[in-house]
Amino acid sequence: MDPVIILQAGVASGTVLLFATLGEIFAERSGVLNLGLEGMMLIGAMSAFKTAVVTGNPWWGIVVAVVFTGLISQIHAAIAIHLQADQVVSGLALTFLGTGLSLVLGEGLSKAGTISLLPSFSIPLLSQIPILGRIFFSNQSIMVYLGYVLFPLCWYYINYTRPGLHLRAVGEFPAAADALGINVYRLRYLYVLVGGMLAGLAGATISLAISPGWFSEMTTSGQGWIAIGLVIFSQWDPMRAAAGSYIFGALRRLILDIQGPLTIFGYRNPFYYNPYYGFFLQMLPYAFTIVVLVIGSREAIRKRMGSPAALGLPFIRGQRGL
Amino acid sequence: MIEETPSSQPQRRFTFAIRVEPRLTETASWYPALLSFMAIVVALLLGAVIIAAAGGDPISSYRHIAKASFGSLGVFSDTMVKAIPLMLTGLACSVAFRMRLWNIGAEGQFYLGAFGASAVILLPILSDKDTPRWILILVMLVAGMLMGALWGFIPGYLKAKFNVNEIISSLMMNYIAIAWNNYWIFAVWTEGGFQMSRMFDKNAWLPRLTDFSKTVPAFRGLTTHFGLVFALVAAVIVWFILYRSRWGYEIRLIGDNPKAAEYAGISITRNVVLVMMLSGALAGLAGMSEITGVVHRFQERISSGYGFTGIIIAWLAKLNPLVVVVVSILFGALLLAGREIQPSGIPKLIQGIILVCLIASDFFLRYQIRIVRQGED
Repeated sequence: MDPVIILQAGVASGTVLLFATLGEIFAERSGVLNLGLEGMMLIGAMSAFKTAVVTGNPWWGIVVAVVFTGLISQIHAAIAIHLQADQVVSGLALTFLGTGLSLVLGEGLSKAGTISLLPSFSIPLLSQIPILGRIFFSNQSIMVYLGYVLFPLCWYYINYTRPGLHLRAVGEFPAAADALGINVYRLRYLYVLVGGMLAGLAGATISLAISPGWFSEMTTSGQGWIAIGLVIFSQWDPMRAAAGSYIFGALRRLILDIQGPLTIFGYRNPFYYNPYYGFFLQMLPYAFTIVVLVIGSREAIRKRMGSPAALGLPFIRGQRGL
Repeated sequence: MIEETPSSQPQRRFTFAIRVEPRLTETASWYPALLSFMAIVVALLLGAVIIAAAGGDPISSYRHIAKASFGSLGVFSDTMVKAIPLMLTGLACSVAFRMRLWNIGAEGQFYLGAFGASAVILLPILSDKDTPRWILILVMLVAGMLMGALWGFIPGYLKAKFNVNEIISSLMMNYIAIAWNNYWIFAVWTEGGFQMSRMFDKNAWLPRLTDFSKTVPAFRGLTTHFGLVFALVAAVIVWFILYRSRWGYEIRLIGDNPKAAEYAGISITRNVVLVMMLSGALAGLAGMSEITGVVHRFQERISSGYGFTGIIIAWLAKLNPLVVVVVSILFGALLLAGREIQPSGIPKLIQGIILVCLIASDFFLRYQIRIVRQGED
């Protein structure tokens, strides 16, 4: 139970949540709630792994996962944006569809054996930093490093660029954005697409890097839903999303490792002597998600912040303002 | 192609245009049903394309589903066995969705209902051998519904008190419920190290049709159990609550217009908690009836996604409790026959496609497509 190893592995498994959470932040900031994250991640994980098995090249796996999941997300976009359906039900439908589709197309994949995975490496110099270097920069998958680059970029993009301003306008006050000549429909399709592509990337990160393989629904085991919870906790802010994702990743790793040692802080380790207590450990990520939601919601009430004002509401051009 | 000079009047080749416009009049009463039916047909066609693309044979798959679920009295009885938990979880979702309260946790509430019913015998609270049968079943029923209601209470209370998103909290409760059940199955009530408890005494089983084969020989081997009566009674009660009671009026008003409901003095927070508990109790009843009617012991993996299928059923039934009963039978058929179809994900896929087509078709309830002559308004 070395804390450095737990944090190091936590950062790795948190990267999955990070990609998914960032994608959902984009979609929700544009006003479209996409509850299909879990299904999209499964599609991403399945298509990435399948492509890697067929072609022998994990990079093609990434490409196919991102493109295919992006396409799937457009089903939800069309239903939510043009057909103006209830976004909650549409998102659930996407989760069902994605789960079913990935099970059908992924039939037999769990016996595919080993494949070549995405490379892991240490960053020279940075990995020499005491403790932090070992946690963040030594022997991590390339996807983890991509995550480090991505979340500050997303944060900058949303808060400090002109397209980011348009994104926020479309999610907060689409009628005003429309009056200023911003194409609300097109932007919403675009950001649902971005969300889908990042969900596909998250899925591919699971099956090609973090916990390689295809284990049907257990591949994601609810991480898509945890990511949606993290979006609320993060108050739609990529920086907070990153912190939340890495903490959650570390928690997942801690749960695995805590069953190892004989004693914890000098006490007999109950999880070692009674492995059945492990079932209570399994509950922790989900229970912790609820706790995190309570914290996020209370904070939102206190600071009078909240979700993007137009989240979940269809925009009908010319018919009504928000 | 004729070149147009700028001065000439533009010649339109198409004098008709398709126009999408909002419906201003009420639709005919049969129209929504027809639309849902069309959505299912389209969904099955799409499913066929995907099955074919995945290397299966769609026609034989569909024929197999029809035959293996409605082909004889025996398999129809099995279809009903699958439909019973679906009816109850479908009702659970309908009640909550009518208030636009998104209880996605029927799966977990189902598991807790199964736990509650089993705990009566395994803790033990009552002996499954000596207690009079109907008292035992009644106690198990209450215990199952209470545990389900408790599992619904938690996300409901968090929603009412802290405005926690109930979609995610109720979904997280599903995972917690499964781990909770597994602890009891593996650590406490295991029989010889297997992932199941001991078999309950026959005294604790719900009566099945086959139990009456002495008087009615045609019932021999039919496994449809008394849970069907629970489900039908529950459907009528839920219908009565929603459409004939003051509480149901409050639920529907909150669902349609929460602001108006608040101005009318209806407590939304109280109803959030109560409706979540009612929804949980119905799903818990499904778990109880599955344990006492089908499995007859406490074990792993008792649900093949009943809680999630309930969501689709509720939506397909347009949240009408009585229609839920009929729709559940169709989905029971899909689940029953789907077990033998390869690849194994097909029933889940078809469910997903049906829901996608269904919500897409709702567009045509609110909009109509009209073919108009160009220039006419």
